[in-house]
Amino acid sequence: MGALLRSAWCVFQRNLLVYRHVWRGSLFMGFLSPLLFLLSMGLGVGALVRTEGVLPAGASFLTFLGSGLLASTCMQTGSFESSFPIVGKMVWRRNYEAMFATPVSVGAIVLGELLWLAARLVMVAAAFACVLAAFGVGTLASLVPAVAAAVLTGLAFGACVMAYAATLRDGANFNALFRFGITPLFLFSGVFFPITRLPAPIRWLAPTTPLFHGVELTRGLVLGTLGAQAAVIHVTYLVVMVGLGASVAYWIFRRRLWT
Amino acid sequence: MPSSEGALVSARRLTKRFESFTAVGGIDFDVQPGEAFGFLGPNGAGKTSTMRMIGCASPVTSGELRIFGMDPRRDASRIKAKLGVVPQLDNLDAEITVRENLEMYARYFDVPKAVARARVEELLDFVQLTDRAGSKVEPLSGGMKRRVTIARALVNNPDLILLDEPTTGLDPQARHLIWERLYRLKRDGATVILTTHYMDEAEQLCDRLVVMDKAAIVAEGSPRQLIERYVTKEVLELRLSPDIRASLDGRLDGLAERIEVLPDRVQLHTADGERALEHVYTRGIPIESALVRRASLEDVFLRLTGRTLVE
Ligand SMILES: Nc1ncnc2c1ncn2[C@@H]1O[C@H](COP(=O)(O)OP(=O)(O)O)[C@@H](O)[C@H]1O
Ligand SMILES: [Mg+2]
Repeated sequence: MGALLRSAWCVFQRNLLVYRHVWRGSLFMGFLSPLLFLLSMGLGVGALVRTEGVLPAGASFLTFLGSGLLASTCMQTGSFESSFPIVGKMVWRRNYEAMFATPVSVGAIVLGELLWLAARLVMVAAAFACVLAAFGVGTLASLVPAVAAAVLTGLAFGACVMAYAATLRDGANFNALFRFGITPLFLFSGVFFPITRLPAPIRWLAPTTPLFHGVELTRGLVLGTLGAQAAVIHVTYLVVMVGLGASVAYWIFRRRLWT
Repeated sequence: MPSSEGALVSARRLTKRFESFTAVGGIDFDVQPGEAFGFLGPNGAGKTSTMRMIGCASPVTSGELRIFGMDPRRDASRIKAKLGVVPQLDNLDAEITVRENLEMYARYFDVPKAVARARVEELLDFVQLTDRAGSKVEPLSGGMKRRVTIARALVNNPDLILLDEPTTGLDPQARHLIWERLYRLKRDGATVILTTHYMDEAEQLCDRLVVMDKAAIVAEGSPRQLIERYVTKEVLELRLSPDIRASLDGRLDGLAERIEVLPDRVQLHTADGERALEHVYTRGIPIESALVRRASLEDVFLRLTGRTLVE
């Protein structure tokens, strides 16, 4: 156990070392993209929409949208960071092969990647929360747990995408995943409007999707309207998804590295 | 077959199958401490598959493999802690610097920071890359990357160094620099296992080697022993025009112990190449060019398999 954690920490440090060469641009984007979204959609579109009777009582469109985007941004970050970067380390540059030639085990590699993903998500979500606070959305007490919820959402997606990415060979592409998976979820999971507005079949489907749970959890925490039962359901859903994704990722990493 | 007593690596009926395909078909070998041991063979012979099993990166399909007396199935981490691995294809971290690559790798081995720092500087000096230590790996030449990989394999002060085709694809100058470094390692008492399909590499670096072909070991010995056992001391190579070659009709018979007709030349295996050449002249066989050379492992390979090592 000690060796596993120690090695996982090394994998984490390796990613940090690589990140140190690119952090400026990455951090800048972390602030810029929520800023642009909240300016255009939140203030711009927000001025056009009628919210009373549609949104939960007391929620402005900006708060509604901002909290949803916090969760969906983590979904996108988690998915993206687990796509090409993982294929790169598995196939193109074979960094995992290099690690696996040392006492670092497959479990440590997967755990280290998940730890690193969590750290990246914390950076992205924290930057996002800072922008929200600048727009007057939420308080420190509501944004800190909301960041945690968004990070959990990102991890759930990240773990699953990581497992998928690890199956890919050369010439990997994630077009289908992003076009038919991530983008529809982004549009129809209640980020921009309550899912009750959706036509019937999609309306029933939406609550079964992972982003819906991430958005509800994060938004409930920002608004302070989250019920205990709902919290348990959302968290359980996302934690199970992290667990399943991580287990499958471990299994696939092992098959790829130990051949 | 030398005994496995005290061997660092010992393999018996070692077999690797990928589904139904046999990459390594039940080979036996032992590597003694302080030895430079080679696998010489063409592409696809099973060299990398064997190296990966020794490196505990690939499960043994059947047979027995012991490294430092330990079983890779149970003690992979403990074995890997004492190995230095140079894979066939470099897998450096391209986005970070040369020095960072080495320091990071030392952490995987849990080398204490201060020890690692000193060791890294020493190794940078050893592979003559001190002046490039702060540059990223990406823009380095192939030979420099290879040297970084070799230095990286030494950060944990390994008891056994595995080198899979250390100089394949490099220009002659880069190869010689690496050979010279490996020779120094060897001289300082390191135990090295290397694979190669270059016979000159095997001749220069290996105390003992096995010739591998199609998943099997076809011969074993020191470079000199193999040459003495399987081929004559010298080889006379003749280039003949195609129509002369087609109408040779046994005119070379008796001039050498063995005559090999290759697509582009004829080889006469004999103890005295110059004398054979004189006879060629006295028999009045018109030749385009002639060359007398010492026999090499290439000839051993040809003799054993009927094929050349590098196509
Ligand atoms: N992961 C794999 N799956 C299937 N076949 C493989 C795999 N790795 C190697 N082989 C096959 O095993 C044979 C031996 O390969 P290898 O050990 O790489 O030989 P060498 O290093 O001597 O060139 C080759 O025919 C190769 O195609
Ligand atoms: Mg090979």
